Formats: sequence, structure tokens, C-alpha cells
Amino acid sequence: MSEILRVENLVTQFRTEYGLIKAVDGVSFYLNTNEIIGLVGESGCGKSVTMLSVMQLITNPPGKIVKGKIIFEERDLLQLPANGVEMRSVRGGKIAIIFQEPMTSLNPALTINKQISEMLQLHLSQDKKKARITSASLLKLVSIPEAETRLDDYPHQFSGGMRQRVMIAMAMSCNPKILIADEPTTALDVTTQQQILDLLQNMVTKLNTSMVIVTHNLGIVARYAQRIYVMYAGRIVESGLSKDIFHDARHPYTVGLLNSVPRLDEPLGRKLVPISGIPPNLINMSAACAFLPRCQYKTETCDQRSWPDLRQIGPSHFVSCNVNIKENQ
Amino acid sequence: MKTELNDLVVEVNDLKMYFPITRGLLNRKVAEVKSVDGVSFMVKQGETLGLVGESGCGKTTVGRCVLRLYEPTAGHILFKGQDITHLPESKIRQLRRSMGTIFQDPFSSLDPRHTAGNIVGEQLRIHHAYSSRGEYRDKVAELFRMVELDPQMAKRVPHEFSGGQRQRISIARAISLNPSLVVCDEPISALDVSIQAQIINLMEEIQDKLGLAFLFISHDLAMVRHISDRVAVMYLGRIVEITTSFELYQNPLHPYTKALLSAVPIADPVIEQQRQRISLAGEVPSPLRPPTGCHFHPRCFFASGECNKMVPPLRDVSPGHQVACLHV
Repeated sequence: MSEILRVENLVTQFRTEYGLIKAVDGVSFYLNTNEIIGLVGESGCGKSVTMLSVMQLITNPPGKIVKGKIIFEERDLLQLPANGVEMRSVRGGKIAIIFQEPMTSLNPALTINKQISEMLQLHLSQDKKKARITSASLLKLVSIPEAETRLDDYPHQFSGGMRQRVMIAMAMSCNPKILIADEPTTALDVTTQQQILDLLQNMVTKLNTSMVIVTHNLGIVARYAQRIYVMYAGRIVESGLSKDIFHDARHPYTVGLLNSVPRLDEPLGRKLVPISGIPPNLINMSAACAFLPRCQYKTETCDQRSWPDLRQIGPSHFVSCNVNIKENQ
Repeated sequence: MKTELNDLVVEVNDLKMYFPITRGLLNRKVAEVKSVDGVSFMVKQGETLGLVGESGCGKTTVGRCVLRLYEPTAGHILFKGQDITHLPESKIRQLRRSMGTIFQDPFSSLDPRHTAGNIVGEQLRIHHAYSSRGEYRDKVAELFRMVELDPQMAKRVPHEFSGGQRQRISIARAISLNPSLVVCDEPISALDVSIQAQIINLMEEIQDKLGLAFLFISHDLAMVRHISDRVAVMYLGRIVEITTSFELYQNPLHPYTKALLSAVPIADPVIEQQRQRISLAGEVPSPLRPPTGCHFHPRCFFASGECNKMVPPLRDVSPGHQVACLHV
């Protein structure tokens, strides 16, 4: 298994009239070939901005990738101009992204054929005819029935699940090395969610790619991801193998998340243990750990020191907390 | 007035709600959407009935019929023994004193120009449920405390609150007249994961304190199982299975319930690897042209020849467990 993407110390900030927002504040992660990793966190924790930064899709101003490295195919993507030829061939071609809203990410005024063909014509320089044939086979690949006739349909003629399939077909059209799925099923029903995620999982094995699933749903990453990164307020607070996170969580936030969600298989009558307080406001944050106001394990020293860096506690298990919560329990 | 614990709050019999589809200048009716097509259930005092299903299955419509925001096409709704199915508009307002509602979106369900105190106290004012200004203020403050908000916050307007706090305001408004039933339509799905548990715990506390009945509508199966005493699973306008929360996961009988349960991932990678997954083919058909017979038969892995001819009745398979399937 070799590494295909490595993000090092990524910092993305937004300058707003209310102050500086450190949306991504020193995030590092890596992705191996044929691997599915999960990036978990609540809304506003910076998980989507991290992925948009990888694609260099941050609008400047107000946003800016301040520093960091994004190593892909032995090059630092951040050294490439965002709108240059090279970055454009990476974006959509070698790294493809699937967004949450299949309703808004497709162009309502163009047929599905036009939208998939555009990718093929641009990235693979296919002609119109060839692109249409490829598009049809892509629709078949994502199990859309009557693919040839549906090519001439417009997005509104598809259901939500079908639209997401079209998005996947588009993303897969240029045989990307990396697939980024940003909340791919949040707008969908559970049975459709399962279909779509199973499809994505099949694609990863069949087409030899790798995938990052960005989600707030712990169940989804437990089912599909091999390694997990938990994000809070712009930072990775815990990372590790799936079993590290779910069976041996060490960051108070991860523990809190796991306790606050009911599980289908748990005995009835368990009282949910919520995380008290609300997610932090990211404007002009202090240097201390952002989870402190909500943390039930905090010690006196926590207030005085800055947010701890990730430290290794297992072969591939990292946590950014100095309190040993296992001892404190 | 103290009622018996097993008293029925709501009884719904063979409820049907059809929406016409009209065309042209004269609004000619060309078709109808059978949003709810023969639904029966009851909710007892102090009980939570969960209503789950995928989008378009009619669960919200059922809730709105019970609140009499819609006048049902057919069937009967009894509220504390009184038939409210076709109650005239003039009497509905009186009826709604005993019903509360919590909606999904805490951002659009609160009037942005009113203060939180005004919103919570609106029903008290409409129904003149106080004798002096002082009593009104005390009541509103008391409601704020019940949902764990500082009564000082009553002067703020909705945009000054977070999503979770706004949902607390919705809850305070829903319980302001001490209702017997609160219809909760996806009350937590717009909230962050870490906030959901706060709201659910609060709702459970308030239910214990006031002896309310909840009709809890949601697509989040795990949460519904957690909060409900009994769960009804809906598919395309019909209830396919009603059972206790315990039985739902231990012994699901309808093929759709089984598929739905298996589609919900459990936050445990080891269990996930061992779990058997049932993958449903296709999608939920349009309620405009539902399949004949059992609505689920085109996607069902047990379907046989008779399934597309006969509508399976909801029948008892064990005490408190009803299923609508010919093959159970």
C-alpha cells in the first residue's frame, strides 16, 4: 500500500468583517491507494473547507490557504497556480469530488450527457461522439437503468438518489486517483444512502482508486472507512484505525460523540449523554484547546496551556489531548 | 383533571388523506396523490409513538391530520374520545389548546420579528390562560426554566439563539398550555449530532414531568427506537409494521422494516463487518402511481404472485405486534 495523498499542516483562513476565522488550523492527514478514510466532525468544524483546500476551490477573498503542503504525485499542489493548466488537470481529473447537494451541483439547464461529456472532452480530449458513448457506459456503471435514453434527460427528471449516481458517474469519468465524497448521502434516505455508499465502495475496489468520506455520521465511517480522522474547530483531535476510534477513543470529544448518539443495537433505556454546551465560534479563537468549555475531563493545567499537538498513543492512533481519560474514568 | 395511565389520547382509524392534482384554468382534478392511505394507530397517555419512514411515505401528513391542519379525506381521528375528523374551523382553535407541535426547522418555525418571550407566550395570550400580567410573566419564565433557558433571554429575538436553543424555545411554546399530545415532526434532524442528545433528553424529561403523549415523526431509526415506546413503520402511505421498540430491532418481521434496519449503519466497525446487509433494489415509487397490491412488492425479496393483487391487511402476529405482509 503506497501513499497517494499527504496533507501537511494545512491552514486555511477566512477574513470576515467580524474577524479572522481559522476554518482549518494545521490539519495533516494521508491517504493510501485503495483505502477509504473518513473525516468526521460537526457542521462548521472545517471538514469541507479542508477538502476544498485540497482542490484549491477556496474563493480568495475572503478565503486564503495560508500555509501547508498538499503532496500528490510527488508535487506540492499548493505551489501550482489555482487556475493553471496543471491544477485544472488535477481538479476533476485526477482528484474528483462529489458534493452533498445533488440538486444544486448539477446544472439544471444542461442535459446529463452535456455535463458528463464536458469532463471527458476537457480532460481526456474525446470528441462529442466518443464522449456520448463513454457517458452512456458510465451511467450503466452506476446502475442507472436505460442509460442511453436517460442521457438526454435534464437533472430535474432524476430523483435525488439518481442525481447522486449521475454525480458519481461524472466524478468517475476520468478515472480519478482520488475520490472525495463530501457528505454524499446527507440529503438522501437511508436505503438510498446504503445503495450509493455501496456503489462508491465498489468503485474504489473495482477502479483502483482511493476515497475520502467527509461526514458527520459516525455509523457511515464505521461501516466504510478503514482509518478515521475526527475534526473539531478546525483541527484533527483524534485519528486512528476504525477500531481505535470506536473501541478505544481517547479524546473527550470523540468519547462524547459516541455516547451522545443512540445505537440501534444497544439495550433500550440507556440515557443519552449529551456533550454540554455548543460548538465554538471560530472567530478570533484563543490559543487554548477549543473543546475546553465543553470538556468533562479537563484539568487545571488545561486552561493555561495551548491546544496540545497530536501525540502518538498506538501504532497508528493519535490524539490531541494531554489528559489520559482512561485513568480518569 | 387526572386521567388513567392507559387512557387513549389519539385514536386514528383507517385515515386517508388524498391530495388532488389539478390542471388548467378550471382546476380540473386530473389525479390524486394518496399521501396517506388507510392508516390506523393509537397513542396512549404518557406514551411516545414513533413514526418512521423515508421521505414521501406520508408520515408528516399523518401528523398534520392529527393536528387537524388538514381535513382528512376519509377515516376517523378521535382525540380523547372526541371525533375531530371534520370538526369545524371554529372549534379547532379550542382543540389545539391540548395539542402542541415541534417542527423540524428551528430557523423558519420561529417568527424572526418576535421576541422569544412573545413566541413562547403567544398561545397563553390567544387563549387568555392567565389572570394578570404578573401571572403571564411568571408562566413564561417558568416555561423558559423548564427547557433550561435563562428567563432573562426572553427579550432576545430568534436569530440571537443557536439551533439547539431555538428548538428549546419551540418546545417551550409547544407545552405552554399543558397539552395532552405533542406532535414532533423531525425535531432534531436540523441539529448537530452533539446537540441532538441534549434536546432528546430534555423532551424525555418534560414528558415524564407532564405526562405528555408524543407522536414522534422522524427518519432517524436509531433515535426513534431510543425515544419511542412503540414504533410504526410507514411505506408509501401505509403502515407496514407496528411494534414495541424492543421488538423492532430484536424481531422485525416486515421485509421493508428488515431492509430499513439493515441500511442504518451502527457505529462499531466490528459489528458492521459481521452484519448481514439487505440491499434494496430500485427506489421508492412515486405516490402518484403506487404499485398495486402491497406497495412494497416490486422491491421485496419475498414477493410472490399474490402480492401484486392483494393489499395485505395489518394483522396481529403477537400481542402488540402488527404486520402487513402476506408472508409473515
